[in-house]
Amino acid sequence: MTIDWTSFTPWSAVVGGLIIGVAVSLFVLVNGRIAGISGIVGGLLRPRTGDVVWRFAFVAGLILAPLAYAIVTTLPSIDIAASDPTLILAGVLVGIGTRYGAGCTSGHGVCGLSRLSPRSIVATVTFMGAGFATVFVARHMIGA
Amino acid sequence: MYVLSSFFAGLVFGIGLLVSRMANPAKVLGFLDLAGAWDPSLAFVMVGAIAIGAVAFAVARRRTSTMLGSPMALPSSGTIDRRLVLGSLVFGIGWGLAGFCPGPALVALGAGASKAYVFVTAMLAGMLGFELLKRGGSHGSGHEEAHSRP
Repeated sequence: MTIDWTSFTPWSAVVGGLIIGVAVSLFVLVNGRIAGISGIVGGLLRPRTGDVVWRFAFVAGLILAPLAYAIVTTLPSIDIAASDPTLILAGVLVGIGTRYGAGCTSGHGVCGLSRLSPRSIVATVTFMGAGFATVFVARHMIGA
Repeated sequence: MYVLSSFFAGLVFGIGLLVSRMANPAKVLGFLDLAGAWDPSLAFVMVGAIAIGAVAFAVARRRTSTMLGSPMALPSSGTIDRRLVLGSLVFGIGWGLAGFCPGPALVALGAGASKAYVFVTAMLAGMLGFELLKRGGSHGSGHEEAHSRP
């Protein structure tokens, strides 16, 4: 294993992580909920009375974050190398998988591990393992 | 208040994803590429987030109501089943293909990255497909509900 020291950004990673931790904490203490983004978005696709507006508000906050960020400083680069067909396949898999497995990197990864949920530990190990394996196959076996 | 704090939590979450550079799929793929030039940044993001989150969830566990007085809506299911593992496996494959998971994809969308629209549209289609499949099945809804949150 070789570490890519030119890409590695430990300080911004930790600081950004702490900010995410603050968001998650605010949400559990004030709203009493897990800040699981796949669950919040997925709930909008089976709308129930009184259960819609807060979900839209959370998603609006996420989408408007770059706008708030850009007021202070220039946005970091977002490099999407995948082709459109790959993005479509990846999007469908992420959509189905997160709903079927009841969580993603935020719900299972950040919140679940924070509360030491056995379900979330299993989920996180599984999706990280699948992510490692997929990138290995794509980059080192197929070479795409 | 409930809606306002939801908005604020989403906003702060998104800013955290931008500061940590995790809204950039290239960074995420750099982490997932163990055999290449490895970028450990994502692990540091997780450590930072969990350091704060662990304290908040420890406090939340002792409370029966939120700071607004509404009841806590935390998941109680502890069942580790095939659904959990299979779903996470499928999610991980999709994550590894593009470097996007739901949060960063929505932030990238807000940043105006045109390809993020393609991913988010497909992701919503996948989620909708799940809902339709679930409605098609006639299994007990109580069981499904227990699984709808992490």
